[in-house]
Amino acid sequence: MQKSLKKYFPIFALPTLLAFTIGFIVPFILGIYLSFCKFTTVTDAKFIGLGNYAKIFSDKTFGHALWYTALFTIVSVLLINVLAFAVAMLLTKGIKGTNIFRTVFFMPNLIGGIVLGYIWQLLLNGILAHFQKTLTYNSAYGFWGLVVLMCWQQIGYMMIIYISGIQNIPGELIEAAKIDGATSSQILKNVTIPMVMPSITICTFLTLTNGFKLFDQNLALTNGEPSNMSELLALNIYNTFYGRTGFEGVGQAKAVVFFILVALIAVGQNYLTRRKEVQQ
Amino acid sequence: MKKKLVSLMLAAAMAAAMAAGCGSNNGNGGNDSASDKGNQTEEDSSKEDSSSEDSEEGGSQTASGDGAVYYLNFKPEQADQWKALAETYTEQTGVPVTVETAASGTYESTLKSEMAKDEAPTLFQVNGPVGLASWKDYCYDLKDSAVYKNLKSDDFALIADSGEVQGVAYVIETYGLIYNKKLLSDYCALDGAKIKDASEINSFAKLKEVADDIQAKKDDLGIVGAFTSAGMDSSSDWRFKTHLANLPIYYEYQADGIESTDAVKGTYLDNYKNMWDLYITDSTVEPTMLSSSTGEDAAAEFAMGEAVFYQNGTWAYNDIKDNEVADEDLGMMPIYIGMEGEENQGLCTGSENYWCVNKNASQEDIDATLAFMEWVITSDEGRICFRDEMGFVTPFTTFTDEYQPANPLVAASQEDIDAGHKTVAWCFTTMPSENWKNGVGSALLEYAQGTGEWDAVVTAFVDGWAAEVQAVSE
Repeated sequence: MQKSLKKYFPIFALPTLLAFTIGFIVPFILGIYLSFCKFTTVTDAKFIGLGNYAKIFSDKTFGHALWYTALFTIVSVLLINVLAFAVAMLLTKGIKGTNIFRTVFFMPNLIGGIVLGYIWQLLLNGILAHFQKTLTYNSAYGFWGLVVLMCWQQIGYMMIIYISGIQNIPGELIEAAKIDGATSSQILKNVTIPMVMPSITICTFLTLTNGFKLFDQNLALTNGEPSNMSELLALNIYNTFYGRTGFEGVGQAKAVVFFILVALIAVGQNYLTRRKEVQQ
Repeated sequence: MKKKLVSLMLAAAMAAAMAAGCGSNNGNGGNDSASDKGNQTEEDSSKEDSSSEDSEEGGSQTASGDGAVYYLNFKPEQADQWKALAETYTEQTGVPVTVETAASGTYESTLKSEMAKDEAPTLFQVNGPVGLASWKDYCYDLKDSAVYKNLKSDDFALIADSGEVQGVAYVIETYGLIYNKKLLSDYCALDGAKIKDASEINSFAKLKEVADDIQAKKDDLGIVGAFTSAGMDSSSDWRFKTHLANLPIYYEYQADGIESTDAVKGTYLDNYKNMWDLYITDSTVEPTMLSSSTGEDAAAEFAMGEAVFYQNGTWAYNDIKDNEVADEDLGMMPIYIGMEGEENQGLCTGSENYWCVNKNASQEDIDATLAFMEWVITSDEGRICFRDEMGFVTPFTTFTDEYQPANPLVAASQEDIDAGHKTVAWCFTTMPSENWKNGVGSALLEYAQGTGEWDAVVTAFVDGWAAEVQAVSE
């Protein structure tokens, strides 16, 4: 068994490896290389060294986008996870129509971000019109609009992961806790949450990276208006790339910085929550 | 076992998320947003379609050389007409012509990714001197081409200091204040109207007087506002951050006797403010609603007879025809911003559509492209298509009087020239970057909705200009 696995390993792994190389490794390395270049199209780049990186820090919008994104990520991670966990708890109690509810909550996740962005723009503008305002009147509106949108889209997905985690908790554990006289809040705190820690790791990881990388929804909902004040990092990079002649490399450099940032945060978060997981 | 499953799940989720994360990260290198990607595949598949058709037709007629033409068109309004024209050409000559059109507002991004391909466009567009800056190394010298030789004047070409002809304008457009003649004459008939005839409006003061009065009497006239909504959605904001901003820049250039500058002074920004105030006050909507008002909203308001004035250009005819407003009721007057001697000011006429030929294409393709361009401006098919279907006014001598389009707005611009008014040039092609326009647009919007001061517009206009010039030149 082991031997034949070894023998056939290249046959099974190669196609995927090839696809991974073409679709990921090559563009990734090319992208890093381009961040040191001045270029108009990606095929004729001229190496200029670190100039692009120096320009990032003279760009005020980048700093704003950075903290705006951080704020958005914190708020959305908290809200999405708390709500998704709450819904998951409700839908594992065996109430009537559980399956329908689960399906309904999961559905928004199947719609693309651009479409969602425009739909929510219509909905929210429709409400704000009563107050003679619009979503892009103030960056706070855009911020909360985006939070509402992301919650709506992601709670269902995270809920499914939490449900699978909750269902994996052995019934004996809860039963034993009950016999010992634990109240339901004690069970939640000391049994359920420690036992679903792996799900929490996955969900925080997903919501954290999603929050940081958010692009489509931001583009469709507010497009950074007013005055780039509701611009998240990914959109800021995109606008840098196309906003000025000769700034393609700067956009690329921002993208590399962005990648390092997201990778660091994701790895750090993973390390922290992983530590809390209990062995069964 | 369970632990293994969970860790497997974790690993899978991480891998998926990582791949997705880095994917979008790198996307900036080649392609762009999800929407653009969708767009791309659509374009690609349609390209395959048309090129396979082309090769079939080409096979039956194997007439001229091996070259092929690939035109990346800027104007979505004319996408279908260009495709049809290309097919006609292929039928006649056997030369395959592919026409692709970038979705509105994505021309630069589409061009950047298309030019990086092996099958790059042989014919593409730039929007003027600033747009040319990124593409000048790709431009074939058009000095000996038919399109350049048939040009009415060198003003319509982008000529480098070395004398190379890098781009040739193929369409001339005019913008101003489009107005509804019927509604305006209805107003003139009212008691206490400030004017008796539309022609009396020949200055900002008069325009403001009339607009304010129309706004006050809007219910009597059965309209919603004097001006259509000055929407600051991206489908409409260019009318103000680019086209209206052209006027103070134009007058400043005139006063200083220059054609472009590295540091704009903002001498006439107060006039800009007055006009902007007028647009947002005597409007169909509250200023706080402007950020999401679109270009379609404004066009619809005008076309349905809900507003009297609508700042836009000759290209807007397609959007407003066949509605409430009859063709004979369409008029266009200059945008008066309160300058001395502005009664002689004319409409704003120019071009931001320049053809450039990709010099990195093979010689056969370049020759085929030049031949195609010549055919477009000299053949009957090309000229009739320009006249009837695209409605273009061109700067080419081959377009004699019978090839002028039946667009009432074009006629209005001709009347304006005949009246001896001095045409306002399109100085906005010298604006330093998209970022500059966006900065001014955002500041205008915030001023309009009351969340910002006019000073922010001045800063974005004057300081922003110098900053952008410096950023781009580095």
